[in-house]
Amino acid sequence: MTLRMPWFLRRILGIVPTLFLTWSIVFGVLQLIPGDPVMLALGGTPVSDEILDNERRRLGLDQPIYVQYLTFLKKMAVGDLGNGYSSKQPVSEMIAARVRPSLELALGGLLVGILLGVALGIAAGLRPHGWVDTATMSTALVGVSLPSFWIGMLLIYVFGLQLEWVPILGDGIDALILPSITIGLFLAGGLARLIRSALIETMTQDYIRTAHSKGLSTLRIVAKHAMRNAIIPPITLLGLQFAVLIGGAVVTERVFARAGLGSMLIDAVLTKDIPLVQGLVVYTTTAYIVINLLLELLYGIVDPRIRSRRA
Amino acid sequence: MTATAIMPPRRLIARTLGTPGALAGSIILVVLVFGAIFAPLISPYDPNATRVCPRLAAPSLDYVFGCDLFGRDIFSRILHGSRLSLAVGLLTVAISLIAGTLIGMVIAFLGGRVDRIGVRLLDVMLGFPAIVLAILIVAVLGVGAFNAALAVGISGIPRIARVVRSATLTLVGREFVDSARAVGASQARILRRHLLPNLMPIVIVLGSLDLGTAILSTATLSFLGLGAQPPQAEWGAMLSAGREFMRYAPWTMIFPGLALFLAVMSVNLVGDRLSHILDPRASKHD
Repeated sequence: MTLRMPWFLRRILGIVPTLFLTWSIVFGVLQLIPGDPVMLALGGTPVSDEILDNERRRLGLDQPIYVQYLTFLKKMAVGDLGNGYSSKQPVSEMIAARVRPSLELALGGLLVGILLGVALGIAAGLRPHGWVDTATMSTALVGVSLPSFWIGMLLIYVFGLQLEWVPILGDGIDALILPSITIGLFLAGGLARLIRSALIETMTQDYIRTAHSKGLSTLRIVAKHAMRNAIIPPITLLGLQFAVLIGGAVVTERVFARAGLGSMLIDAVLTKDIPLVQGLVVYTTTAYIVINLLLELLYGIVDPRIRSRRA
Repeated sequence: MTATAIMPPRRLIARTLGTPGALAGSIILVVLVFGAIFAPLISPYDPNATRVCPRLAAPSLDYVFGCDLFGRDIFSRILHGSRLSLAVGLLTVAISLIAGTLIGMVIAFLGGRVDRIGVRLLDVMLGFPAIVLAILIVAVLGVGAFNAALAVGISGIPRIARVVRSATLTLVGREFVDSARAVGASQARILRRHLLPNLMPIVIVLGSLDLGTAILSTATLSFLGLGAQPPQAEWGAMLSAGREFMRYAPWTMIFPGLALFLAVMSVNLVGDRLSHILDPRASKHD
């Protein structure tokens, strides 16, 4: 009999090749940037050849490409993302300084999305084709076509400028309300739809009928019996959306002038700060992969049947 | 062998218009396309001419959607912007579809190691949030409307390739492929004459579902300053400029956003219906 690794260790080790491939793609794509990276690093100021050569050596750009690649992988693996071109600061520190605004916004958006999505999803799923269902589902259909930056601006205009209910700028919790709603609205549509269909399917199961015939209230049946079995697809959706959001809500941060990771990425691209772009994309994709892994581990704990699947 | 694939165009159109949503979508879409084609004839002013009206003037009978900071007529700019948005959307979808179909078809057809490595790479690419992948590509290509379309198009390739690969896999084991092989057809001929026609319905469905997203994504890049650059009349860029002045002139951001929303919604409504008819399984809804 061969010795088998515990299922969670197999899963954790399984992300190593994925991380490696992802970082390689980021490295490969950024190699395609036209122009001399040393010139970009110097911000385009004309300098003597000597300085150019020194700078090239300092950045390791005089090495053959495979050496650069291996150095890159080695550094990424220990979290060394290099220094930014424009600020000369370590990219990892620059990212760390901006994580908070993005994280706050991600959590705020998630909160609004869950409250709205769960409420509408349950209301729609309990009475399919009722008015709540029809209204929610047609709004969701129209909602996917709405540009989120436009919604954000309309919210600012109506609630921030006209009604003056909430501040539109600042670091306080109240300045988080409108951007959270902007993100939450888009999460809620997908979430409501998933919960609705999962609930419609679950509510026809035998054990739900049994629960009904025992005389349990609908609220109790939904909360204790149906939701537990309908919960995995919505959690997956939320987990992945959250994983995207902690990399910065690029658009929403721009609309509300929030200094998070998303707006940092845009600025990095516009100023051609390659190490910063590289570091941000590596951070975002790595966070995505790791959260994905955590979700899978979570399912394995919640539902033992999943552990043996795809092993 | 392509019985499920193609139905007469007239019947397809009749069925597409069969639901209220798709009918409304089609009408809006026709109006938009008409406006885009005849923009130079319809638009009351030159979209780029400054000082044709008072700066930030409110909507009036002369300037139905008002004026922007430079005294340009917003209605004329939206009309001309529709040309760019629709063209860029189509270009984007064409890039994703052509490259994605080719890659998906070939790796499934060749199978074995090519397929395994291909799928692995595609899955890794799919792990990138779509907008991040597009921004990464813009970082390489540089900003601009065309480059933004290219970036969104390229970032859509992995998803299309993944779906087309699965669809091809269900075909390669079928008898008509075996018999084509048996009579000595070359690999290229089997791909082109036997597999591609059978994949067309699903490719059309994918394209029609992606067009709305493509228009939205390229406008998003422009809004972020990575796509079309001012003074080009483009909806996303107009919204970005309107953001600065919405306190005094909300029409500078309301109308470009409305145009973008209507364009994306109409395309989505028609695409959704089309996918129901052509390939009920691939449909996004239900």
